[in-house]
Amino acid sequence: MPLDKKQFLQAYRTMRTIRDFEYRVSDEFGKGNIPGFLHLYAGQEAIATGMCMNLDDDDYIVSTHRGHGHCIAKGGDVGDMMKEIMAKQGGSCAGKGGSMHIAAVEKGMLGANAIVGGGPPLIVGAALSAKTLGTDRVGVSFTGDGGSNQGTTFEAMNLAVVLQLPAIFLFENNGYGEGTAAGYAVGSRDIASRAAAFGMPALKVDGADIFAVYDTCKKAVKHCRGGKGPIAIEASITRFRGHFEGDAQAYRGADEVKRLMKEMDCLTIAGAQAIRKKLATRAQLNAIDRDVAAYIDESAKAALAAPGPDVSELLTDVYSSAY
Amino acid sequence: MPIKTYRQAINEAMAQEMRRDSTVIVIGEDVAGGAGCAGERDAYGGVMGVTKGLFPEFGESRVIDTPITESAIMGAAAGAAQTGLRPIAELMFMDFLGVCFDQIYNQAAKFRYMFGGKAQCPMVVRTMAGAGLRGGAQHSQNLTQMVTMVPGLKVVCPTNAYDAKGLLVSAIRDNDCVIFVEDKFLYDTSCEVPDELYTIPFGEANFLREGSDVTIVGISNTVHKAVAVADRLAAEGISCDVIDPRTTSPLDEEAIIESVETTGRLVVVDEMTPRCGIAADISSIVAEKAFGALRAPIRKVTAAHSPIPFAPALEDAWMPQESDIEAAVRSVLEYRR
Repeated sequence: MPLDKKQFLQAYRTMRTIRDFEYRVSDEFGKGNIPGFLHLYAGQEAIATGMCMNLDDDDYIVSTHRGHGHCIAKGGDVGDMMKEIMAKQGGSCAGKGGSMHIAAVEKGMLGANAIVGGGPPLIVGAALSAKTLGTDRVGVSFTGDGGSNQGTTFEAMNLAVVLQLPAIFLFENNGYGEGTAAGYAVGSRDIASRAAAFGMPALKVDGADIFAVYDTCKKAVKHCRGGKGPIAIEASITRFRGHFEGDAQAYRGADEVKRLMKEMDCLTIAGAQAIRKKLATRAQLNAIDRDVAAYIDESAKAALAAPGPDVSELLTDVYSSAY
Repeated sequence: MPIKTYRQAINEAMAQEMRRDSTVIVIGEDVAGGAGCAGERDAYGGVMGVTKGLFPEFGESRVIDTPITESAIMGAAAGAAQTGLRPIAELMFMDFLGVCFDQIYNQAAKFRYMFGGKAQCPMVVRTMAGAGLRGGAQHSQNLTQMVTMVPGLKVVCPTNAYDAKGLLVSAIRDNDCVIFVEDKFLYDTSCEVPDELYTIPFGEANFLREGSDVTIVGISNTVHKAVAVADRLAAEGISCDVIDPRTTSPLDEEAIIESVETTGRLVVVDEMTPRCGIAADISSIVAEKAFGALRAPIRKVTAAHSPIPFAPALEDAWMPQESDIEAAVRSVLEYRR
């Protein structure tokens, strides 16, 4: 079943929430309100959204260093995330994770990962738990084109095939691993065929098209829940921002970002398609936009006003018990 | 009480814990062996036979043979530990830490802290260390120091069958990632080991000999060399405290410091390279916390600062030997300001 009216509006709201969240943290970073590094998901929203709409709360995902979108799509609390990224009390990870380790463990979002290729072996473990414990849960590893070149990813794909685990390897090919083009760095050019070579089905999808992403992910989840072993998806997309905030992106072509933001904006594409398919009206979409804008503003203001963490927490949670 | 080998004690701890708790699994290379082969399953039971017999009892869903893929084994164990299982992952030789260390020190060790206490990683990495088998530079190392330095990991180095069983049961029940370093020289050593389950807490040193002249601390197999030296010197009227910390993280600093406060002399032995090893670490702790009690400079007895050579004569020269320990003990006794 493709996205219906209600599901579409939910998808649109999630994508808009991610976009506004990312632009707001970008602004706050610019104002000096966020320490550290930020890697933003703006432009890629349809992928996390289309996948996570096919998952339940008790399914698992692991993410990348560009993880805010995955966390929001999996149901992470936006207010707590904002606080975490601003290093404030009440943050999702108690101020010990930050942007690159954003997580919502209670929602099955097992963590963003600042090691490129760090996540795929972990999702094999989550899928192993599902199989061993006899649940029908699935695990999804979000990985980039950069992560697709790491040995850990190859090992994870192979082991998932050998053990026939319910794992989905979702590759978001945004065209760049830091400042190097995927066309240069991905030797096989095509990530899907590389995944297929490990012995699993691999699908390709336009990552800017929420309808297509949703349908493709639905197939993948059904495959895994049906006990047919792992599956891969390669979603082509672009990122609207640099590798990190502050990246001048000198490696990108003149007007490339401007053009892609016009041609590949998942929100614009989704809106136009939905109106054409009569799944939504412009007024409905505008109402969601206003709603989300207010929600993000409120979350950001609450985070800005929150106190910083108590330094007495420095040594808590290194271990499970007294050390 | 029945006599069991170190190998049997470790096997028994796993089997009994797997019977008690269905979430405990074993995963690694050839932990059964024979997967996809024409011959027998459980053909290996681990390369040293430590997991032998688990496969027939618990089956392939809980005794999981993997390809040779250490990163994926460690990552799968860490991900499984985060989602409801208590995996015992086998890292065949500790030397292989190099190909999977990210999944241990950047992932498993950090989940709890990095995610604000909301995640946990109850996994055990069983691994085999120790030189002297002519295994060469990549099948012989004891890299206990590399895991001991990582916050979030606990590190256990059992030196006899009784301790091995009790410490492994504790490790399996622990909610953190525990690195369990088995010394390959000890698999066939034996002692009394109860049939029933018992635990030995981490961070509690064992005094193998008690004496008042010199404190000797040994890690893994070197503790047995220390005991042999202490027994020999006892005949000359030299009495040594021989301490086996049993776990390097947490470390029973108190036991070591208390002993040094009595003896005033410390010899620390390990089979690691001399820089930044466990002997170096314990020396620094004692220098910092018991300086006033020292009557002689601390002596470290370690391996040489080189890769482990293959030729028996070279490897023997590389390893800390009883004669090195004895010379160190005599030197701290003879020291005069």
